[in-house]
Amino acid sequence: MGDKEAGTDLESLKRGTELVKRGFASMQKGGVIMDVVNAEQARIAEDTGAVAVMALESVPADIRKRGGVARMAPVETNEEILDEVSIPAMGKVRIGHEAEARILESIGMDMIDESEVLTPADEWNHIDKRDFETPFVCGARDLGEALRRIDEGAAMIRTKGEAGTGDVAEAVRHQKAIKGAIRELEGMNTEERRNYAREIEAPLPLVEEAAELGRLPVVNFAAGGIATPADAALMMRLGCDGIFVGSGIFGAEDPESMGRAIVEAVNSYDDPDELKEISKNVGGGMKGRSKDSLSEEEQLQYRGN
Amino acid sequence: MSLLAGVVGVQGDVSEHRVAFERAGDALGFEVETVAVRDSGTVPDCDVIALPGGESTTISRLLRREGIDDEIREHVEAGKPTLATCAGLIVLDHPDDERVKSLGVLDVRVERNAFGGQRESFEADIAVEGLDEPFHAVFIRAPVVESVGEDVEVLAEFDGKVVAVRQDNVIGTAFHPELTHDHRLHELLLGGLDKDD
Repeated sequence: MGDKEAGTDLESLKRGTELVKRGFASMQKGGVIMDVVNAEQARIAEDTGAVAVMALESVPADIRKRGGVARMAPVETNEEILDEVSIPAMGKVRIGHEAEARILESIGMDMIDESEVLTPADEWNHIDKRDFETPFVCGARDLGEALRRIDEGAAMIRTKGEAGTGDVAEAVRHQKAIKGAIRELEGMNTEERRNYAREIEAPLPLVEEAAELGRLPVVNFAAGGIATPADAALMMRLGCDGIFVGSGIFGAEDPESMGRAIVEAVNSYDDPDELKEISKNVGGGMKGRSKDSLSEEEQLQYRGN
Repeated sequence: MSLLAGVVGVQGDVSEHRVAFERAGDALGFEVETVAVRDSGTVPDCDVIALPGGESTTISRLLRREGIDDEIREHVEAGKPTLATCAGLIVLDHPDDERVKSLGVLDVRVERNAFGGQRESFEADIAVEGLDEPFHAVFIRAPVVESVGEDVEVLAEFDGKVVAVRQDNVIGTAFHPELTHDHRLHELLLGGLDKDD
């Protein structure tokens, strides 16, 4: 391996490709990504076994209480959290807000969540994510939404669920909708798939790919309302590749115990005896509120298209 | 008689390694069965194991909790073939980083996130000792091997940094051979096994 060969190696170097972006998402599989609002929480999250942290100004439950316009967290908050941990640090931007995303990319955040938890900046268009070297994750309620986001360049899809409620029902609904639609597709012929693609407003090649794979073509996490180890195990049983926990960790009575238990539950999701042990002594979960107590306007999942 | 390939499956890109082992088996004409190892009791049955990419902090913690760490140590020390990629390489190295509870079975020191964050992740063609053609390597927040012990052979360097090593039957890479369709490193590992054993 002389200098000449090393030179050739460097010339072939490529950053920010689909392979590199989707590869990053694959490394998160089987893991728990935790919402944090400062360096101290980020450190706790890493110590409990999180695979990554998500930097926010405040967790979704507090965003709900406060009301007003929710934006990207301050640059200082993102930087403080990125500097604290050795695991990846992600940040959230408003739907369609390309400038916020450029700022997070410039900071060096490892992944960007174009998130309905923040107030959307564009009613109609999501960010053109192919144009970024930083990978994106986006929320989806059904297969059409998931494939539209993948078409725009998302390297990871998560259920939207109903963030900040501690009510897992919507995440369950969204994951079942995605899986159910793919099962339906598997039984269809070419003609039927073409019609279906039109119906769900998704590009045909991605519809075909999902049908062939029997799953989404990118990593598929659960998010929105996950508050206990059992919630996390439930979402894994539904075929999710991993879990985002928002208010569920630092809104719990004992964040460290809850964090550790949710990490362990994701690995042992199909072992009831172990889940029982894991679920002991974790303290109370976040208080939460049922999503049925929210008006349609108060629900975050209807943001974005 | 078929071979059993165990992919340590507590966290990371596990299914990618299982597919790579199956394809490598097909290429060699071996029958290979694969299993994801999420608790103790499986590694002792495996002919070959892989430790995947993922987060080394999370993986090392769960290995210890599940009691898989000692089984991996025994597997490596018995000279059985082992492939460790990225986080897997960090998990096997000498303990240097307080955030990772590594196993210390590979005589190397590894620096985590040596190229930077995801923004600095890349793909490139590299020359690997023992392979005729360059390997298209994907580096994701990759580590590098800072120093190697006497019995460790350097298999590949990139930009002057060691990115693949071999110690007896253990191959460790800073990059992800499981993310491409090139399964030559998985073949190299399986090739050392006698399928009629």
